[in-house]
Parts: sequence; C-alpha cells; structure tokens
Amino acid sequence: MKLMNLTALVATTALVAPMAMAADMADEMTIVSWGGAYSKSQLKAYHEPYSEKTGVKIINDESSAEAVAKLRAMNEAGNVTWDVVDVVAADALRLCDEGLAMEIDPEEHLAAAPDGTSAEDDFGDLLVGDCFIPQIVYSTTFGYRTDLVGDNPPTDVCAVFDLETYPGKRALEKRPINNVEWALLCDGVAKEDVYDVLATEEGQEQALAKLDTIKDEVIWWSAGADTPQLLADGEIVMGSTYNGRLFSVIEEQKQPVAMLWDAQVFDLDGWIIPAGLSDERKARALDYIYFATDTQRLADQAKYISYGPARASSAPLVGQHADLGIDMAPHMPTDPENAKNTFLYNYEFWADYRDDIDAKFQAWLAK
Amino acid sequence: MSDSTASGPVLAADGTPLKRSLARALRMQKLRALMLIAPLLLFVLLTFIAPIADMLFRSVENKIVVTTLPRTVQALQEWDSNSGEAPGEAVFQELYYDMFVAAEAKEHTKLGTRLNYERTGISSLFRSSGRKVDDIGEDHVKAIENASDKALKDEALWFEIMTGGAGAETNDAPLSAGRQRLSNLTDTSFSGDIGFVPGSAISEILPETTQAYTDFALFTAVADNDVVAEEDPWETAFVALATELQADPARLDGYAGPGADALKAAAEAVAGLEPIAFKPAFLDIDKDWGDSENWKTIQIYSPRTTNGYFLNAVDLQKGTDGIEARPENQQIYITLFTRTLIMSLIITGSCILLGYPVAWILANLPTRTANVLMILVLLPFWTSLLVRTSAWKVMLQQQGVINEVLVWLGMVPDEARLVMINNQFGTIVAMTHILLPFMILPMYSVMQTINPTYLRAAKSLGATNWTAFWRVYFPQSVPGIGAGSILVFILAIGYYITPEIVGGTKGVFISNRIAYHISSSLNWGLAAALGTILLVVVLLLYWAYDQIVGIDNVKLG
Repeated sequence: MKLMNLTALVATTALVAPMAMAADMADEMTIVSWGGAYSKSQLKAYHEPYSEKTGVKIINDESSAEAVAKLRAMNEAGNVTWDVVDVVAADALRLCDEGLAMEIDPEEHLAAAPDGTSAEDDFGDLLVGDCFIPQIVYSTTFGYRTDLVGDNPPTDVCAVFDLETYPGKRALEKRPINNVEWALLCDGVAKEDVYDVLATEEGQEQALAKLDTIKDEVIWWSAGADTPQLLADGEIVMGSTYNGRLFSVIEEQKQPVAMLWDAQVFDLDGWIIPAGLSDERKARALDYIYFATDTQRLADQAKYISYGPARASSAPLVGQHADLGIDMAPHMPTDPENAKNTFLYNYEFWADYRDDIDAKFQAWLAK
Repeated sequence: MSDSTASGPVLAADGTPLKRSLARALRMQKLRALMLIAPLLLFVLLTFIAPIADMLFRSVENKIVVTTLPRTVQALQEWDSNSGEAPGEAVFQELYYDMFVAAEAKEHTKLGTRLNYERTGISSLFRSSGRKVDDIGEDHVKAIENASDKALKDEALWFEIMTGGAGAETNDAPLSAGRQRLSNLTDTSFSGDIGFVPGSAISEILPETTQAYTDFALFTAVADNDVVAEEDPWETAFVALATELQADPARLDGYAGPGADALKAAAEAVAGLEPIAFKPAFLDIDKDWGDSENWKTIQIYSPRTTNGYFLNAVDLQKGTDGIEARPENQQIYITLFTRTLIMSLIITGSCILLGYPVAWILANLPTRTANVLMILVLLPFWTSLLVRTSAWKVMLQQQGVINEVLVWLGMVPDEARLVMINNQFGTIVAMTHILLPFMILPMYSVMQTINPTYLRAAKSLGATNWTAFWRVYFPQSVPGIGAGSILVFILAIGYYITPEIVGGTKGVFISNRIAYHISSSLNWGLAAALGTILLVVVLLLYWAYDQIVGIDNVKLG
C-alpha cells in the first residue's frame, strides 16, 4: 500500500513538474457570453487584445442564456468546461448561492483605477454578491414609435398604462420583474415604497390589477430581440427591452423609434468564474478578468455597444462609436440626462420573491 | 425393440448428447444476437432509461434538509407546529451548530433556495444568517480567549488538549460521526488520515466541544488542505466549551490532561457571564426566525423524500393538516396540462384533415410526379425549426403578410386587423404546419399498399364514389391515420419552442413551464415532477389507444 502510494506520488510529480514549470496558467480558455452584438463588443474590447498580449487561445461559447442550468449540470457531472462566464447579476447571485461560482476578492484580483482608487471603491455599490465582477450597467427601458404617438411623445413611464392617449399594442417582458414595479409606480405608489408594497399579498394583487387594465393590449416577449422587431414592424406603439437593443434600432437601423428613459431599471452584467476549476485554469481565468475589467478595457467596450461601464473611472474615457462615429456618452443609460428617474434592480428582494410572484404572475397570464 | 441405443440419449456426430449440443448452439446464437444489439442497448440505457430514472428520482428526492440541518431536524420533532410559536432555545442551539458548519461549507444557501420554493423569504433568511452566524456568542469567545493566561488563543494548545497529548487513549466516535456528517453535507468523501484523533478523556468531559473541534479538524484537513494544529478553531468550539463549562464547571475536577490550567481559567472567565441565548441571537440576525410558518416549512420538508413536488405540480400543497389546494391565484399547472392535451388533440385533428388528401394524391399519382411532390412535403424538414416558426410570425402578425393582403383586398378594415398570433390560433397553425409531414408520411406509405382494384371492384358492383371511398378505401387507410396521429400527438404534447415564440400567453404548453423551472428558477424537482406527470399521461393515452383501436392496427408502411 505504502509502496503504491509512493510510486503514484513519484509518477504524478514527474508528470506535473515540467508542466508547472512551463506555465502556471492554461493556454486555452472558454469564455461564455450572450452572442450577437454584445459578444462582438467583448471580442473587440477584451478578447483580441488579451490574446495578442498573452497568446492565449479564446474559445467563444454563446450560452449565457442557459448558463445557470448548464453550470449546475456540469457541476453535477463533475466536468466544468467553462472558464469565465458572462451572466446578469441576478444569475450570478444564484450561482454564488448554489456554490457554482467561486468567490472573487476585488481587492486581491482586480486592477486599481489609474488614479490609484482601489477596485472596490471604483466599482462601488455595483459589486453585488461575493462572486460577481460587474462589467456593464444596462437598463431595461421603453422605446416608442415616433410616428404612432402623434405630436405628443410620451415622457412618463405611465404612458404605457394610458390606453386613451396612446392606443395600440405594447410589448412587455413575460416575467413579473420590472413590470410589477412600473405598475405600482403608475398606480400611485411612491418610488421608495414600491418594494415594501410588493412584499405584501395586497401589493402583489394591486400590481397585477394595474397590469390587468392593459392586459389585452400587451404582447409578451421572452427574447430581447422581440421588441426591436415588433417596433420596426410597427406591431406595437411602445415596448420594453434592453437599452442597447433600442440603440441599434434607432442609430444603426434608423427606424422611427425614440427612447423613453423614464423609470428605466438598471441592471448589471458581468463575469463569474465557475467553482471547481483546476489551479492552472483558475489562474488563467483570474488573469483574464484582471485584464478585462480594468478602467481602459471597460471604457473600450462602450465604443461598440451602448452599455455603461461599471467602473466610475471609465466613464470619462467613453469615446465615440467605432463604426458610426457618434458620441456614445449621451446613449449611456447612466448619462445624467437619461438617468433622471431610475430604479436599481433589487437583487435581494427578487431572490426571495421571484418564485412566489412569478407563480402568481404566470397564473394571472394564463387566465 | 429393447435396443440399448433407444433408451440412451440421442448423440450428435461428435458424441455429445444432442440436447446439450443443440442448447449450446442456440446459446451461441443468442449471444451473437445480443452482441449485435449491445451497442444500441447500451446507447438506449445510457441516454434514455438512465435520464428518465434520474428524473423520476429527482421528483421525490429531498435529502438536502436533513443533510444540511441534521441536528435541528432531530430536535424539531418535539415541536408542535400548530402552537403558533417558534421552537424553543434547544432547537436554536442545534440550529447554531448546523448552520455554522453549513455556512463554512457554503451549503446553507442551497437549502435556502430549496426551501424558498415552498415559502418566500427563506432564501434571504438563510443567506443573512450564514453570514452572521459566527457572531453568535462573541462575548463568550472573547472571554475564553482573554482568560487569565490567554492560553486558549494558542491553536497548538487546543490541538494538544483535544488529542489528549501524545500516546493518550483515543476515541474514534466523534471522528466517524463528523466524517459522516460532512460527507452527507457536501457530497464528497471526508475519509483519510487527517492527523487528528480526539482523546477519549476529553471527549468524555467535554463531548460537545470535542465534536465541534473534530468537525473543524476534518474540514480544515480535507476541504481546506491545511494542518489542523496550525489553524484557529472555529467559534463553535469556543461556544461549545463556554456552554459546557457554564452548565457544569465541576466537570473539570480530576482532569489532569494537557491544558488543564487553561481550561480552568476559561471556566472562571465564563462563570460570571450569562449563558449564551441562541434564540434571541438568531432573532437578532433576522426576526423571521421567530415566524412559526418558516419552522413549519422546515418541519414539513424534513423527510428524505417528499411528494411536495408532485402536489405542487397539480396545484396542491402540503399544509400542517395534510394536503390542501393552493391559493387560487397560484393555480396554473392543471390549466396548462388540460390546455396542452386539448391543443395537441386539435393539432392532431387538423393534421389529419390537411394531411389525408395530400397523402391520397401522393399515393395515386404516377411515381415520378409523386416523388417530386414528396420533396415539397419533406422540404420543411430541411429548414430550421426556428426559421419556420419565425416565418409564421411574419405571416400572421397584425402588420404581417396575411393581414396586409386582406386589408389591401378590402376584406378587413385597416383599424380592425385580425389577431392571429400570440394566441392559441397562432400555436395551432404553426404547429400543424411543422408536424404535418409526420402525419403525411405514414399515411402515404399505408395508402400506397392499398390495391386500387378494390375501389374499382366496389364501383363496378354499384357503389357510389362516396360509398366506395368510405366503405372500402377509408377502413384500409386507418392504420396510417393511427400511426400518424400517435406520432403527431406525442410530438405535440412535448413541444416547446413554437408555443414559446407564437403562443403569447394563451397558447403556451406545459413544456414552457418545465423549461422555465429547468433553466430559470432551477426548481429541478418540480420540473421533474411535471415531466413525470406528462410521461404518465402519454403512457396512459397510449394504453387507452391500444384498448380502443388496438396497436396492431397501426402501420408505418
């Protein structure tokens, strides 16, 4: 027995030692993201410069939409093939809770801002959860057809619930999150009380009752691309979607659509590293994240897509769109002009109430 | 007649009895046949039977509560859930030890997520408690560390006390209990030498402290890969020590092992303090621990298996007094199941209506023309499902092709365009189109085998066209309809992507909820229960079909 252990030990040392000497980091990595224009912005801003700098081969996987379920399945099978995964903050919290993502200490693993501000202060409140490194701030907000609203363009989110002034279909996401907040807001609940009200049975009923007033005029979407398509086809007067999608409808496709920034809901998207990676892969993943979340890199991404960088120090560096040559700053959800009235996605609340309110919401939808 | 060979066994050419020789040949043949189908058998076992078995298992499995909070669950058996009051101090004390270990292993949030499916708010209750559980008994920990000689600040002394010094008599019981507990909790093995075995003297005097220290030692050595003697013990060891010393300081009398003075000093240090109050401490972390409903949920879901997922899947729930209906504003699954069944039947029906004439034409045309037309039937198969479904969106939406044409023709006023998508109609149209080939193909192959002379014979005997078709042709084509219907119906009942895209709210199926629970809410138990019910429904319908029509009457060609 002893002898066997010894030989095994010698064998593994002999195998591992040269590898460890050659490189302590893997020379290939799989990065998972959302695909489309968003992945392209990451490719240009992060992957290409990183590969150039280190010679690492980056494999792109576009599975972020199913990342949580897939990571859980990989973890159960004991074979995690992803190194860095791009997820929204709510999913990151779930993954962290489930022990599927590893904890990352921002002080230890992230670059400080150029002026010396620590990473923790630079990201500030956006560091939600222990496993999540935010990358961008995006918002869910409304876009409307400028040719269908006459000479009375909406300025208030409650226009969504105003069928008299703005008749026609509207698109809302097929889930309670955001919709119930807007419903309560337009039903006279003060912004700071929204979540207290939503925590009660009566508050949930109140929100659904408000949504009930427009139920017949709503097309429910489940993919972010639905609303832009419905707007472009003139199927709807207004609809909610991610601000970057609306930017591309307005500025790239030049459709008669405008943004209604009122009561936009901020959300975060960023990186996690799956739990259970080997030491070499973990070191590589951390090295990539150190690189990809520094001040300049985050500002670079805004050249390709209209999402706001998550670091405070990146904001002044945001320049012009790489192809269109327009200033990107006014298209950022975080621009002071756009961010007059905003919500921040309440992660803690929705982690608790998501299952419950979603069950009620879906039952209400099916009625 | 009395020949000896007649009474003996018949022999084969090589002299072995014929019976045995035959059996061997047959066995070889069977084995060869088995070898031939072995790859398929293995494939089916691995990719079909095993996942289904796993799904069935998941829909009732519930060991997470008892593996994460074993002592709490044990203590909670005494508690009367109808009392309307949270359990007493004893349960909270057990909760403290359970929660601490679970939080170290980062398993407490998993349980929080699991119980949050049953009762809203438990997720954050566990998350916040896991974060703050090490603050409980802070004063006592400090008091022991700062006792007169500060000896118990030293991790090496702790190690020596707990082992009883070199060569002392040892007690394996806490160690194996700890291994069992931790491997249940984390689903990984905690076996192997950790360089620590508790001493038998100390484990008799301070059993709780020894257990807490042993858990710490196991976790440190196995999960963190550190040396036990070089790490500060968990707060649980201090808390257990304080509790035990306060309860009975005299237990140290006669103890002469290592660190006897340090332990006596600790006993003096905590003697003046109030005993640790676990319940108020937990209530302080989160007042929801005082809510008896949360405890009721833990108690109801403490068995290792549960029918809770199945109840949930048919709009019921577990109450304290047995099974009860869910509140009306949460009932959805029965509606979805019936809708899925009814719509699948409608889709099957419309496939029969549309497919029958097509199959008839194909079967009665000359082969050359039929083959060309066949390509048209098969063409949709070569297009991506998503593309086909999205094409229906373009066709059916209010600004879509059909509405535009109707408005242009003046058949529909511009302000009242037809709503043909994001409802049941959209789902039925798109799915009928997608599933039509599955109906046409079996019908076509059955109709091809029907001899046209039968029809001619019927007509020559004076039957009208209709009678000839209905009495002679149709009965012979029924096996094709049967095969097509089974294919289409079973495919339709599990369809997911098309209803999701064109179904709106009224046209979605049960699969859409299953997908939601698999990929979004991560409630795999509920998804498995829904899937199991769907499977059973399909099998039942298949059985009924066999009883009524007879499965022999189904032909694919």
